[in-house]
Amino acid sequence: MGWPGAGGGYVADSRITWPIEGLGVAVHQTGPIPLAAEFVCQPGELLALVGPSGSGKTTLLRTIAGLYRPQSGRVECAGDSWFDGERKHSLSPQRRQVGMVFQDYALFPHLTALENIQLPLRHLPQPQRRELAEQWLAKVRLEGLGKRYPNALSGGQRQRVALARALARDPKVLLLDEPFSAVDQVTRRRLQRELALLRQQIEIPIVLVTHDLEEATALADQICVLHNGVSLQQASPEVLFSRPDTPLVARLLDRHNLFEGSVVELEGQRRLQWGACILEVDEGLANLPLGETVTWYLPPSDIVLHRRDRPSQGERENPLAATVEELVVLGGITSVSLRVQHGDMLRFDIATHAVRRNQLTRGAVVNVSLLAAGIHLLPGHRVRADAHDKRK
Amino acid sequence: MDWSALSVSLRLAAFTCLILIPIAIWLGRALAYARFRGKGLCEAFVALPLVLPPTVLGFYLLISFGRDSPVGSFWANLTGGGLNFTFTGILLASLIANLPFAVQPIQRAFEHVPHNLREAAWCSGLSAWQTLLRIELPLVWPGILSAAALTFAHTLGEFGVILMVGGAINGETRTLAIAIYDRVQAFDEQGAAQMSALLLLVSFITLGLVYGLAGRRRWVRG
Repeated sequence: MGWPGAGGGYVADSRITWPIEGLGVAVHQTGPIPLAAEFVCQPGELLALVGPSGSGKTTLLRTIAGLYRPQSGRVECAGDSWFDGERKHSLSPQRRQVGMVFQDYALFPHLTALENIQLPLRHLPQPQRRELAEQWLAKVRLEGLGKRYPNALSGGQRQRVALARALARDPKVLLLDEPFSAVDQVTRRRLQRELALLRQQIEIPIVLVTHDLEEATALADQICVLHNGVSLQQASPEVLFSRPDTPLVARLLDRHNLFEGSVVELEGQRRLQWGACILEVDEGLANLPLGETVTWYLPPSDIVLHRRDRPSQGERENPLAATVEELVVLGGITSVSLRVQHGDMLRFDIATHAVRRNQLTRGAVVNVSLLAAGIHLLPGHRVRADAHDKRK
Repeated sequence: MDWSALSVSLRLAAFTCLILIPIAIWLGRALAYARFRGKGLCEAFVALPLVLPPTVLGFYLLISFGRDSPVGSFWANLTGGGLNFTFTGILLASLIANLPFAVQPIQRAFEHVPHNLREAAWCSGLSAWQTLLRIELPLVWPGILSAAALTFAHTLGEFGVILMVGGAINGETRTLAIAIYDRVQAFDEQGAAQMSALLLLVSFITLGLVYGLAGRRRWVRG
């Protein structure tokens, strides 16, 4: 991407148009942790930073909070400049007014739950402090537990105290560092639900760091995919999962249907040749030169399995026959792998009862349609070219 | 019973604690948090009095407190008096001899404060000072207490260094520990026994008080 190193001039190819109404972050540095990340988060919006461990998610969160100072870049929130590498300007964490929920909550062990929440309210007179803290305690549904010390609270209760403490300060941005990773699955679901409800009451940007894609998809309005400190793409979950910018983004999102085809012409129409199949594509083919090899991606939801007894909708769209290679039952969902004649593998998930109804068995030949609207072309990328991804 | 020796001992222990503990809080915190080259060297220097024979430490202090040495002459210029064989001299010696007893427990305590608690305090709007007073000090309090207890008890029992630097001047530098030695030398076993018992009692009560108090924190885990 060619970011200049320390020193400035970085905004040259920035995709962000400053100033930003909500939170805008652009950070560039060459070391010790290489970073080249940009993202924005509007007021009331929840942005999830996702990526494998070591991708710089937490460092970026700490940069917003002022706990980490990168070599260069810019952090702005609600029109205020919090960090500007060019002007050597950096506000202290105290003056940024952020609400931060740390991964292990970082509650003060020598203070009760109520005292923990009161601590950020020191600018108010004592009676008002207490009243506000009590209100926050009630908002996170911990009435009556204010006198408890953190070690007498459960993991979920601690997380709520941490959330209340972060919000009590009336922050300009809420930062959540893997806030659900230290609790059990049941508690996690409940806390996620509560966060989704609480969100409706606060009109500030919320940044969530998580490695859990499901969590990001469920909670976030926008997802920013990070890899080795580089922000690869920011988009809504729907766009991200159907239109990843690069094969690497698709793979980081655990999407597998990446193939290579070539541009051909058939009866005056541009088509995508994939092995022996000639595929119709809704968008993007017209601009590509004939004979060009192009990488393409198909969201699993755009693979339609034909029923044996009667034709299904869209049957005429890019039909092809394939052999069932693998069926992995994961409870109510079955992951299906189909081998197409020339060797490529299509993967998608369907309900386990649908597998039974269609009598799918290993080795069976089935017919599927690849929806033309779903086929997403990634010209200029190779399937494996940027495969320096360390995950399996 | 040598009451003046008891008074010298208690005064010495109290002053050592009062002066040394704030220094140890600053130094222990710096050693716990800071990353710098030569930190190991610094820690070794602080720990040196632990392993050095008291007579060796006393010898060097005696030399450097002399009027010909920079420290001694500086002090003489400042106050007109000497350091050797004075209460100020043994207090200074006691401060140096007790450095590891005061610094190490406090340094360990600061090392055990999770780093993100300070960050959480900053994010809650607390300044560095407020963070120290409201978060760090309450959390390292047990370390400070045990540092104070160790320093107090160790000062009461210090013998070699005090003898080298201070001699045994009645009411000025003769501490209880030295008085006991003098009594034994004079075949006054009863006097030595009384004072030994007193020293034992005072030391035990000091330690018991401190460990008892430290164990009463409600929020302690487990």
